[in-house]
Amino acid sequence: MSEFLLPSLGADMESARVVEWLVAEGDRVSSGDLVAVLETDKGAIDVEIFQNGVIAQLVAPLDVELPVGAVLALVDTGAHEPAASPVAAAVEAAPAAPPAQTSAAVPDTTTRSAPAAADAGTAMASSAVRASPLARRLAAEQGIDLAALRGSGPGGAVIAADLAARGGAARAARRGFDATAMRRAIGAAMSRSKREIPHYYLSRQVCLAPALRWLEEANAARGVADRLLPAVLLLRASALALAAFPQFNGHYEDERFTPAPEVNLGWAIALRGGGLVAPAIRAAHERDLDALMAALRDLVKRARGGGLRASELTSATVTVTSLGERGAEAVWPVIHPPQVAMLGFGAVLTRPWVTAGRIAALPVVTLSLAADHRVSDGHAGSLLLEDIATRLAEPERL
Amino acid sequence: MAETLTYREACRAAIREAIEADPRVFLMGEDVGRYGGCYAVTKGLAEELGEARIRDTPLSESAFVGAGIGAALAGMRPIVEVMTVNFSLLALDQIVNNAATLAHMSGGQFAVPLVIRMATGAGKQLAAQHSHSLEGWYAHVPGLRILAPATVEDARYMLAAALADPNPVLLFEHVMLYNASGELDPAVTTVDIAQAKTRRPGRDVTLVTYGGSLPKTLAAAEQLAADGIEAEVIDLRVLRPLDLATLAASVARTHRCVIVDEGWKTGSLSAEIAASLVETVFFELDAPIARVCAAEVPIPYAAHLEQAALPQPATIVAAARDLVRPAS
Repeated sequence: MSEFLLPSLGADMESARVVEWLVAEGDRVSSGDLVAVLETDKGAIDVEIFQNGVIAQLVAPLDVELPVGAVLALVDTGAHEPAASPVAAAVEAAPAAPPAQTSAAVPDTTTRSAPAAADAGTAMASSAVRASPLARRLAAEQGIDLAALRGSGPGGAVIAADLAARGGAARAARRGFDATAMRRAIGAAMSRSKREIPHYYLSRQVCLAPALRWLEEANAARGVADRLLPAVLLLRASALALAAFPQFNGHYEDERFTPAPEVNLGWAIALRGGGLVAPAIRAAHERDLDALMAALRDLVKRARGGGLRASELTSATVTVTSLGERGAEAVWPVIHPPQVAMLGFGAVLTRPWVTAGRIAALPVVTLSLAADHRVSDGHAGSLLLEDIATRLAEPERL
Repeated sequence: MAETLTYREACRAAIREAIEADPRVFLMGEDVGRYGGCYAVTKGLAEELGEARIRDTPLSESAFVGAGIGAALAGMRPIVEVMTVNFSLLALDQIVNNAATLAHMSGGQFAVPLVIRMATGAGKQLAAQHSHSLEGWYAHVPGLRILAPATVEDARYMLAAALADPNPVLLFEHVMLYNASGELDPAVTTVDIAQAKTRRPGRDVTLVTYGGSLPKTLAAAEQLAADGIEAEVIDLRVLRPLDLATLAASVARTHRCVIVDEGWKTGSLSAEIAASLVETVFFELDAPIARVCAAEVPIPYAAHLEQAALPQPATIVAAARDLVRPAS
């Protein structure tokens, strides 16, 4: 029996309330499945479980403030490991056993192989599950395993109501966005950052004329719904540069810096009513411009409307903040622990710029870096900024 | 000021208006003139409009339907009244092999702008040979448009649209509807003969029906509402071509469907609708499609047996409830 504990979702999160269970006792879960909704200082966050197994018991009461680390649920990860060889499990689970096996062996194989069958291949299991076409479609869309559901339709068939019933049973009233609580949480994190992290700052002005010109052409070829925002170019250039400079991408904990294998780029999103979250875009360095644009749109929507996942709040390895059109000329960021750097982009302003020996009025942005002096120094920081500037000067290669 | 009249009176008014408006229009059939019509639809019209426009025919469906086809080919706009769909079997060859095909077989050189009105359905203890609902059979035949007015408004205005159609139209009037009365909306002066109509909106289950089964289906919807189930009732109005778009849109919202059809279940119009819905909205279905049809027996004479053999509000309610709250 394994315990599912209340995770910490940020540098200074101390407690949270479970407001809704998305699974019921007896449900099978896989690593990455959403299992509960937590109410935190950052609003309602969907929490994933990172174990495989069956929910044995939902321990945490709803709507009660619990400390980080409290046991939320007990998970039966099973004496039987998920089949190492899907082929072996599938063979073991074959219900249409040849007649030779229909002796006393059959009852044993069917009971023992049932969990293995469900693990080994949802394709195999779901073809044996009686479910309405609508339930099947909804389950596929939501990534729910039909075999894990109890059916209330004719002959025990799973119908759409059974998918909704999974989460509906346990639900508490949501408090909604609490600006004061969020401000307090941000305050605690920022104070800790300034106390513990020796910041150093560098900045560089970048002419965005080639990038914006390229963007205009690229957008002309795209439908309105697919248009790229300038922010995506900044994101992509930053992600690629950070992949090349590992001392700015990772976590500093217990007096040790661990560089991260991927650039999980936190993007600072201002919330209406005050407040800030910086959920991560996973493996940002591997996503092309369109993928980044889609990820950005999705994150902003969920940050403002609910539905951010716990893993998105905790997995950022570096953060980028862009002040946008009405922002100041430059931003001097405060690093979000346990990260070791934060990049900032000020407002894009038209400024005099020297190009080809002449002065012209061109769009210019001030790119700034705040970095942890325990991990990196100004020389590396300068090279990082120059790398970003170079990439932005050649937008077609982004 | 909304006019209240019976379905029968609406049919009569439609015939009168059509004959008065167009010199090519006339009506012929058995006992339509002096007798005033077997169901009194044409009562008084022969006196009013003259025997040249309301013509009594010999007792031979094949002959007078054929004559109607001939008149239509020659440029008239005849309304042929076949007393009931049961007797139309004697004119099946004329309808299916002549009326429905001449436009095609002549490469478009000939058109058959013929309207055939027929009474249909059971409920008057007319027993096995006189209680058929064969609209579904006719809906099987390309070249025919099949109409089933179920409301006073449709009875009043579908005829004009049918006469305007350059191809053969069969118009079925359910015998149990003739005495039904309803209000005519003065703002409505024409209706289409292409679309189904949602008679009652709902969100839990779609009830599809036509003709004489509409009042029963609406009654069933009221009973279901009392039980917390909101049923959407759709009146097909046109049985060929079927307005599948309206049906599919409704089932896509409710995810459940019951089809109420007074014909026998086997090989019926309800089977065609179910198959078409599976083809179009399979991935929206949360339950099998249910059908409430006549029992697989020749329609009985005895009143209690006849009622037991036909769709009733209770059986429609049971079918709908089974879909919404399945007993596992």
